[in-house]
Amino acid sequence: MTISIRSVEKTFGRYPALNSVSLEIADGELLALLGPSGSGKTTLLRVIAGLEFPDNGQVLYGDQDMTYAGAAERRVGFVFQQYALFRHMTVAKNVAFGLDVRKGAAKPSKSEITQRVDELLRLVELGELGKRYPAQLSGGQRQRVALARALAVNPSVLLLDEPFGALDATVRKSLRKELRRIHDATGVTTIFVTHDQEEALELADRVAILNQGVIEQVGTPQEIHDNPVGAFVAGFVGESNRLEGEVKAGRFRIGDLQFDASGAVDGPAVAYVRPHELVLSQGGGEGTFGLVANHIAPQGAVARIDGTTAGGLRLEAAFARQAVADLRPGARLDLSVGRAYVFPA
Amino acid sequence: MNRLRHPTEDPPWAKALILVIVGAFLASVLILPMVSVFFEALRKGLPAALEAIGTEDARAAIKLTLITAAISVPFNIVFGVCASWAIAKFEFPGKAFLITLIDLPFSVSPVVAGLIYVLVFGAQGWFGPWLIDHDIKIIFAVPGIVLATIFVTFPFVARELIPLMQEQGVDEEEAAVSMGASGLRTFWSVTAPNIRWGLLYGVLLCNARAMGEFGAVSVVSGHIRGLTNTMPLHVEILYNEYDFVGAFAVAALLCFLAVVTLVLKTVLEIAQPPSRPGRH
Repeated sequence: MTISIRSVEKTFGRYPALNSVSLEIADGELLALLGPSGSGKTTLLRVIAGLEFPDNGQVLYGDQDMTYAGAAERRVGFVFQQYALFRHMTVAKNVAFGLDVRKGAAKPSKSEITQRVDELLRLVELGELGKRYPAQLSGGQRQRVALARALAVNPSVLLLDEPFGALDATVRKSLRKELRRIHDATGVTTIFVTHDQEEALELADRVAILNQGVIEQVGTPQEIHDNPVGAFVAGFVGESNRLEGEVKAGRFRIGDLQFDASGAVDGPAVAYVRPHELVLSQGGGEGTFGLVANHIAPQGAVARIDGTTAGGLRLEAAFARQAVADLRPGARLDLSVGRAYVFPA
Repeated sequence: MNRLRHPTEDPPWAKALILVIVGAFLASVLILPMVSVFFEALRKGLPAALEAIGTEDARAAIKLTLITAAISVPFNIVFGVCASWAIAKFEFPGKAFLITLIDLPFSVSPVVAGLIYVLVFGAQGWFGPWLIDHDIKIIFAVPGIVLATIFVTFPFVARELIPLMQEQGVDEEEAAVSMGASGLRTFWSVTAPNIRWGLLYGVLLCNARAMGEFGAVSVVSGHIRGLTNTMPLHVEILYNEYDFVGAFAVAALLCFLAVVTLVLKTVLEIAQPPSRPGRH
């Protein structure tokens, strides 16, 4: 199901949670809403689910206006942050709930429901635990139950609010892969909210970055990471050195550092330089500067270097391990800036 | 010295001392008076005690007490569930005030509660003349007793449910709604099962208090034998008439009802299903 959000606005008291947000989610897509806390990402998810109605704007499912339709009419599967499993029902009853509450002809027969529940519990690999109560499950298992319950109604869209937030790191990693697998197996349009950029970039087909109730950028993980459209996205996604300086005649300058900033207007500016965009420079030409390594930390194939320039700027750089194999703390590297994102301050 | 004792564990003599203090206190303040009630009731033998309970006035008092409880407890359930639902699941101005208001009957003397009703519904009260004109009797009649009992027992169910519902939040209800359950279905399938144990405790406590209330009921009752006497009032009358066996026999019956209530509560606590760990 294609979901279109058109100029949606939502205010809580005086505080604007969503400020004219528009977004198209393609059928079968896996989209992440990424942003810091208070950015409005959960509100947007709840507006899509029908748990919250917008003050202005439209929410379309396909070409049907669902802005003020109840959650039931939209047929959404919602996974809550704390799972919100029914604590007095068994796992099987939890999963069956969405089918049990249907009325009349829409309600499947008992055996159909049982069959569907079995099928879903197998999909989330909880086949044996149907008779347990939520309190008897681990966090990861509860998450899987919540997922199975949301999928039971054959939702037109699957919505997840910080789905892995309450889990420890190892479980989180494996459940991420699980969600991707389930998404690919069912083909259901999926939107999830997260504040964890690694999660968003790894899992999603496309990522929408929210900040203060506004969508800053929507794109594939690669676009978001490599071509941030604004200072917020450049600073929020991926690691970067943030430099406050000045643009003059197409070059960004700060202290003893200067590099190409063609296209940027003259005046005060902020530059974001990813650690791996600080490159070793043999030539010693314009833009080359010295960095004294203070600390060297190996990290997989990469060595991360924490250093200081002659002008006292602290920078973080990342190189292939073998390129700096002989480097010791206190040594000096000649570097230049490969690529920087420069925005007016 | 026991070297295996846990570092934060109290030494045996301290444990013993604390237990003795608690035990002595319970025995002298709670158990001894309870035992004496039954002892006094049976002083002239079981037949005399049963006879005292079996008199017409005593039977009328028991009936009125049961009627009063039967009316005020359901009222309390409805009010308690509504109030705690509103407080736990909605945001509205004056919420803190409402919570304080619910506690009012705990802090106001029951006698004052009774007087309030006399002031409002009594012959000289605000609605007195109107009520007399329409031949409606509230004060010195059963409605007054029920009203006073409702006032006094007002907080029990709500007090039990508010913290429970606040802790549970609205997540499960939202989940139910998101899966297409109607409001009523959500209440019956999700909310009600989650609060049933708390509700039951509240009802039991409320019932115990409704049967035992003296002060507020005393003010509005008028002490008309066979008509507006509840069990606690009947105990007082008999006692003042030096009918000690009668007084203690009815008192023993009240005590017995209270003990049954508490035993029921304990049994229910033990019988809680494994799906609901924690709580109480």
